[in-house]
Amino acid sequence: MRTDAPKLAVVVEHRSPVKIRPSSFHPRDAAVVGGAAAASLALTWLLYSQILPFHGLPGFLLMWAAFDFLIYYVAVRETQGRVVARDRTMAAIITVVSIAIVIPLVLILGYVTLKGLRFLRLAFFTTTMASVGPESPTTQTGGLGAIVGTLEQVAIAMVISVPLGVLTAIYLNEVKGRLVRPTRIFVDAMSGVPSIVAGLFIYTVIVANGHGFSGFAAALALSILMLPTVTRTCEVVLRLVPDGLREASLAMGAPEWRTTWGVILPTARTGIITAMILGVARVVGETAPLIMTAFGSATLNLNPFSGPQAALSLSSFQLFGSSQTADVQRAWVFAFVLLSIVLILFVAARLQGERRRR
Amino acid sequence: MVRTEDRLDAALGDAHAPATLDAEDVHAWFGDHHVLGDITLSMPANSITSLIGPSGCGKSTFLRILNRMHELVPDASLAGSIALNGIDIYGPNVRATDVRRRIGMVFQKPNPFPAMTVAGNVLSGLKLCGMKTDDPDAVVERCLHRAGLWNELKNRLDRPGGALSGGQQQRLCIARSLAVEPQVLLMDEPCSALDPTSTRRIEDTMRELVDTVTIVIVTHNMQQAQRISDRCAFFNVDEGQPGGIVEIDTTERIFTDPSDPRTADYVHGRFG
Amino acid sequence: MPTTEERPQAARPATRREIVVVRTRPDRIFRRLAASAGALTLVILFLIGLFLCVKGLPAIKDQGWAFFTTQVWNPPPRGNEFGIAALMWWTIVVALIALVIAVPISIAAALFVTEFAPRRMRRPLTSLIDLLAAVPSLIYGMWGAAYLRPRMVGLSAWLGKYLGFLPIFKPTTAFPIYGPSAFVAGVVVSLMVVPIVTSVVREVFSQVPPGEKEGAFALGGTRWGMVRAVVLPFGRGGIVGGSMLGLGRALGETIAILLIVSPLFQIRLNIIEAGAIPVAPLIANNFGESSGIALSALLAAGFVLFVVTLLVNVGASTVIARSRSGSGVEI
Repeated sequence: MRTDAPKLAVVVEHRSPVKIRPSSFHPRDAAVVGGAAAASLALTWLLYSQILPFHGLPGFLLMWAAFDFLIYYVAVRETQGRVVARDRTMAAIITVVSIAIVIPLVLILGYVTLKGLRFLRLAFFTTTMASVGPESPTTQTGGLGAIVGTLEQVAIAMVISVPLGVLTAIYLNEVKGRLVRPTRIFVDAMSGVPSIVAGLFIYTVIVANGHGFSGFAAALALSILMLPTVTRTCEVVLRLVPDGLREASLAMGAPEWRTTWGVILPTARTGIITAMILGVARVVGETAPLIMTAFGSATLNLNPFSGPQAALSLSSFQLFGSSQTADVQRAWVFAFVLLSIVLILFVAARLQGERRRR
Repeated sequence: MVRTEDRLDAALGDAHAPATLDAEDVHAWFGDHHVLGDITLSMPANSITSLIGPSGCGKSTFLRILNRMHELVPDASLAGSIALNGIDIYGPNVRATDVRRRIGMVFQKPNPFPAMTVAGNVLSGLKLCGMKTDDPDAVVERCLHRAGLWNELKNRLDRPGGALSGGQQQRLCIARSLAVEPQVLLMDEPCSALDPTSTRRIEDTMRELVDTVTIVIVTHNMQQAQRISDRCAFFNVDEGQPGGIVEIDTTERIFTDPSDPRTADYVHGRFG
Repeated sequence: MPTTEERPQAARPATRREIVVVRTRPDRIFRRLAASAGALTLVILFLIGLFLCVKGLPAIKDQGWAFFTTQVWNPPPRGNEFGIAALMWWTIVVALIALVIAVPISIAAALFVTEFAPRRMRRPLTSLIDLLAAVPSLIYGMWGAAYLRPRMVGLSAWLGKYLGFLPIFKPTTAFPIYGPSAFVAGVVVSLMVVPIVTSVVREVFSQVPPGEKEGAFALGGTRWGMVRAVVLPFGRGGIVGGSMLGLGRALGETIAILLIVSPLFQIRLNIIEAGAIPVAPLIANNFGESSGIALSALLAAGFVLFVVTLLVNVGASTVIARSRSGSGVEI
């Protein structure tokens, strides 16, 4: 049987074909979802208010969700069979659980903002806790010492760990010596060191050895915590630099160090900045190691190398543990400022990451 | 031997009837890119239809439209209708999972499930479709027989599905597809990654299967198309145009006396 | 003209030439520098272990093996008996509670992001989950103590009343106190663990070979069916490794737990009643007032914690790297 002859260019109203995008979700399915939600809501309300001795929103939501999944499963199973019921119900559970993760985040951010913003004043940034006495109003909080402390400690930690981290990443990715695999294992191991252990270590080596508490000791402890983050991120970044660039440079006769310094690192620059931001975000909120290295202080200590120093996280923690309610409320101010800094760093890191993608 | 929740499947008609596939005015897009245009093709029951033509003209895309795999790609859309024994598989009451059970597919790169044994692989389709059987061992034996693997593997049914040679893996995939008792089997260049011996074995399998299953195969191997298929559809694409069918005919006529010069050029190796 | 006949040569094996790399001086310095940086990591780890062990030894010597079996914590000057039994118990209990809550949630979140979510939702949700990791643990602790803990008293009481037949909920006194418990601490720590486990598992799930997924769909499988048949088996190593990483994090968490629990130097099965004291919070709490043997005891406890978390973390990396799914994963 022959095919039709190729279609002639007849002047016919050529209807453009109607696109369809088949979907597995039909209006009838939406009705089932809505019906199950409504039914479970009614059931939960009934039980909650009339029969069971519970109260409180979280319990209500949980029970509503549980009944919703159950009713939905049974409804779909009766109309479409067990396989589809399982698929739809699991999809619903997974969706609800994943979106519910956002709830604690919102709660925390909201709560800290509410409690912290309330007593935050401009003087926070210009005075220290030394000017705050037991009779001072709650609105009077002095964060200057803590801010200076955090800034200096993190800055010193960066100066130590960023070059080290970049160098280690270079070793892992460019030099590729014999000890690459063990080194990578050690970097991973180091990222798991609990922050308090890092603090203890620096305490025994530096503080207890006659040097006393200082911001520098805190910075050392922070760099132990920062180093693995910086190293790992830099390693990923270096790996993303195309081999072609390396080969082009080497083929021109450039030595390895010049290739790395002149070609690889500049190419990876935005990624390295991201690594730095991530490293800082990692350590800026650390409290435990600071307890035994910086120790905390009510006065302004500009010298990180001698004498105890305050920090945002440390001051917040110490004030929170005070028996005076005013101090506890002040702790939230410190916490709010700290959280804001972390959020800014987080967003900055994301934006850097985006820039790199372009 | 295997049961399914038949009342739900009823929208597609008798699950054991010989199946004819009819494509009418089928178009395909990826986003706004129009990749297939105006495909009208009839694939008769219990026959082997092969889709031939140069790379990139949409044969695989068309195949994937036949078992509703095309819509799994984000931004993909289509137009036209595909009828299984007269029932549009894209109809509003038809579920894609039911269509894929009735219209199976074997892929270019064998893809057995490595985490399951050989027997587990064969039965995996039943589990995925919610089909029950009283005698799983019998199902495994029957399907491996039909795929020509029983003698080789009957003592190795608990080996992992990934630990087989390429040809064996592909035949295992065929056995796996057969377990759900499809009416149509689509094959997307099933032998292109295999050696000639395995290829021939699979072609023998296809000849035996066609008594119970309608087969549609995409192939670049024209000798293969000549050997096994009853009808051929020659696809082609011009630059900037969506792919389309140039000619459809019995295999004999396509290869000995094609009516379109482009077909003649292709089957005589002058391009593609 | 006759061509010269080639004398058949005895087959000589091709000898490989050794390639000698001669580097310039700056390059050698460069390589040494990079290598030292890499070695520094090992040196620091080693030193940490060394110092903690050495400084902690006096306390262990003081108590002998009882250091590992004694539950009370009464070092000089208050007493003369102290051990890490209760400490290790509560460390593990809080970490386990956190994992039991976090791992299923993380798997669900990872599945959602890779398989179920509309494309547009993926990056925002991933960022939100990562944001959970950025919040400092101090903030978790303060929020947990001020907001969550009072609100969980009701739930704890309910569990004690209606599910009290389970040993972990069974009341141990006539008027139990709820609030500063391992349960609440575990819930808060789980929030910190979720992003860690999710990140690893998500990365692993995204590497499932598409061919296998297609195979499952082509057989008529639904999305959940495909996940069970293909994604979950493939991701098993990543799930285990990610959970171990989360475990390591939970074992070492200090400040958040410190702010929530009240110490109880006793091994007890009930987790909802007040009282729990893992190692790290104890060290942070007692540090200021300890010296001599008491300080040495804290250091010894810190050493044990260091070793345990080290093993867990290295184990996690190995499991992930060795699994079928993990060879390409960055953790």
